[in-house]
Amino acid sequence: MFRRVLRLGLTPGRQNRGLRTRRGGFTLDWDAKVSDVKQKIECMMPGKQWGMPFDTSYLPPTQSDVVIIGGGILGLSVAFWLKKLESRRGAIRVLVVEQDHTFFFSQYSRASSTGPSVGGIWQQFSVPENVQLSRFSINFLRNINEHLAVVDAPLVDLRFSPSGCLLLASEKDAATLESNVNMQRQEGAKVCLMSPEQLRNKFPWINVEGVALASYGMEDEGWFDAWSLFEGLRRKVQSMGVLLYQGEVTRFITSSSQMETTSGEQVVLKRIHKVHVKINKSLEYQPVECSVVINAAGAWSGKVAELAGIGKGLPGTLQGTKLPVEPRKRYVHLWHCPQGPGLETPLVADINGVYFRREGLGSNYLGGCSPTEEEEPDPTNLEVDHDFFQNKVWPHLIQRVPSFKTLKVKSAWAGYYDYNTFDQNGVVGPHPLVVNMYFATGFSGHGLQHSPGIGRAVAEMVLEGEFKTIDMSPFFFNRFYLEEKLQEYRIL
Amino acid sequence: MAAPRAFLRLGAREWNGRARGIHGASESATPDRGQKKKTLLQFLSDHFRDVQALREYLLQKQLSKSNWKNRFQDKEWIRANERGSFPTEFLNFREVPVEAVDASGCTINYQGMSNLLPLKKLRSLSLERCPHVDDWCLGRLHLLAHSLQELSLAGCPQVSERGLACLHHLQ
Repeated sequence: MFRRVLRLGLTPGRQNRGLRTRRGGFTLDWDAKVSDVKQKIECMMPGKQWGMPFDTSYLPPTQSDVVIIGGGILGLSVAFWLKKLESRRGAIRVLVVEQDHTFFFSQYSRASSTGPSVGGIWQQFSVPENVQLSRFSINFLRNINEHLAVVDAPLVDLRFSPSGCLLLASEKDAATLESNVNMQRQEGAKVCLMSPEQLRNKFPWINVEGVALASYGMEDEGWFDAWSLFEGLRRKVQSMGVLLYQGEVTRFITSSSQMETTSGEQVVLKRIHKVHVKINKSLEYQPVECSVVINAAGAWSGKVAELAGIGKGLPGTLQGTKLPVEPRKRYVHLWHCPQGPGLETPLVADINGVYFRREGLGSNYLGGCSPTEEEEPDPTNLEVDHDFFQNKVWPHLIQRVPSFKTLKVKSAWAGYYDYNTFDQNGVVGPHPLVVNMYFATGFSGHGLQHSPGIGRAVAEMVLEGEFKTIDMSPFFFNRFYLEEKLQEYRIL
Repeated sequence: MAAPRAFLRLGAREWNGRARGIHGASESATPDRGQKKKTLLQFLSDHFRDVQALREYLLQKQLSKSNWKNRFQDKEWIRANERGSFPTEFLNFREVPVEAVDASGCTINYQGMSNLLPLKKLRSLSLERCPHVDDWCLGRLHLLAHSLQELSLAGCPQVSERGLACLHHLQ
């Protein structure tokens, strides 16, 4: 044995690995292994904290007070307000589970609708609560750095363009538009009504054929950079102690109890106890014990709700009422037109659902159109259908703005709307039967601009049990069962 | 160099009386006379950089005192005096419409603008070098659209092209 050791040491050119690799069965990383084994033995000693005898730091925590499913703008907004409104610091443990942390523009899957959004904000809605939400959100965005400032991090620059929003209405919608504007004025929005002559004077590039009335928001309306808001929220939320985790929710562990309502009916109430969070590209999952689950999964909220058993029952009953949110593909096109409208262009929303806005100083415009029910594109992938622009969007654009005849499409992308098939307005609040699942989804394209307000409303619901500032009770889940539609006049 | 020289000269007319004590320089030059004949002070400041720097410093001090100026209809500017307080005749003018407001260098912000917006006859507004005036504040100016004729935003660091794009309301 001694001779062998000498031979190993004296032979030149051979790496002297020492005793430990003599038999070839040991690995090179001996020291790390030793400390690992030491840690495991320490775990098992009495008096020490019982940790798992293997490393689990890549898994989400085993317990969390609130689990927010979906890490888009709505999920992060709810997390932010939960942490902001909690009674003492560190009172609530929040875990945000997001399917795809990169949010990158992949052709085949994109979990979040925040990235590809056009980023507009306006107060011209027909539901008063939507106007209030918009007003709160614009005040939040104006003072964004007071809310979202993190030490040592750069300031959030929203690049807000206060260019206003112009809604055009035809003869038959003119009366509705007028009453909406009155309501908006009462809520404090600064909107003015314009006749076709005034429109032509103000915006000479508009062709006012077919327009009976237009409403123009003059202040606090425009568009901003959604991504910078999202990044700012993420930084702030992480600094407040919220855990962001990348994974997929595959199962809920629930318990049910039979209860009797005041009218004597038997009803089954469910409570979610654990959420199974599965790690991406792996079969491993972690059951997270939680007391409140918030469904902010955007376009995928319907699937998450089905996991909780919402909608499994006879149709027409409360148990059988599904969450009617499904992903709908929408295209946004970017085009260049040097003869197009000038710098004063607001976000123009035409009568038939075509909208566009300016982008930057270089005659670029962003726009798109909400297709009708029959023309819905296939939501299984995110491929852009360029014919859609040629056939459906461009003719209307030329009709409204003749100078767009010479436009050239530079690029296009697609994103999902968390489309509420029932009435295209969001769902907020707890589910009547699954008592600890709260919704914050289904806003069908308005989620981004209302996100601060919705986040605060859901946080108030979770922490206080009622809405303290903006009363969002028209947005409860019950309306799907009671068939009461909360229709918005026009959605973009 | 001609422009800064002229500027200094205008300021020089006001404080040259005081400067006499500092420099011992004799005559004060009126703007038109000074073009032909240089004063000793100007000669000195041409040749000595620290004299020029001192003149600029004193000018800055003078400017920072006359921050907030209002001009009422058909009247001249009403300025704050050296200690920053307004003259008492100011209170007599409550009914008179305000025509011009010079708020350069003021730390006015979005909330403060709401005091300026009810001035329906305002013709000229100067917001030069206001550090907190940004695009949101410009979005509020549409209420003054009918009367405002001059608007000055020189030197506002937070105003960007997006705010300027919404000035189309002002005719």
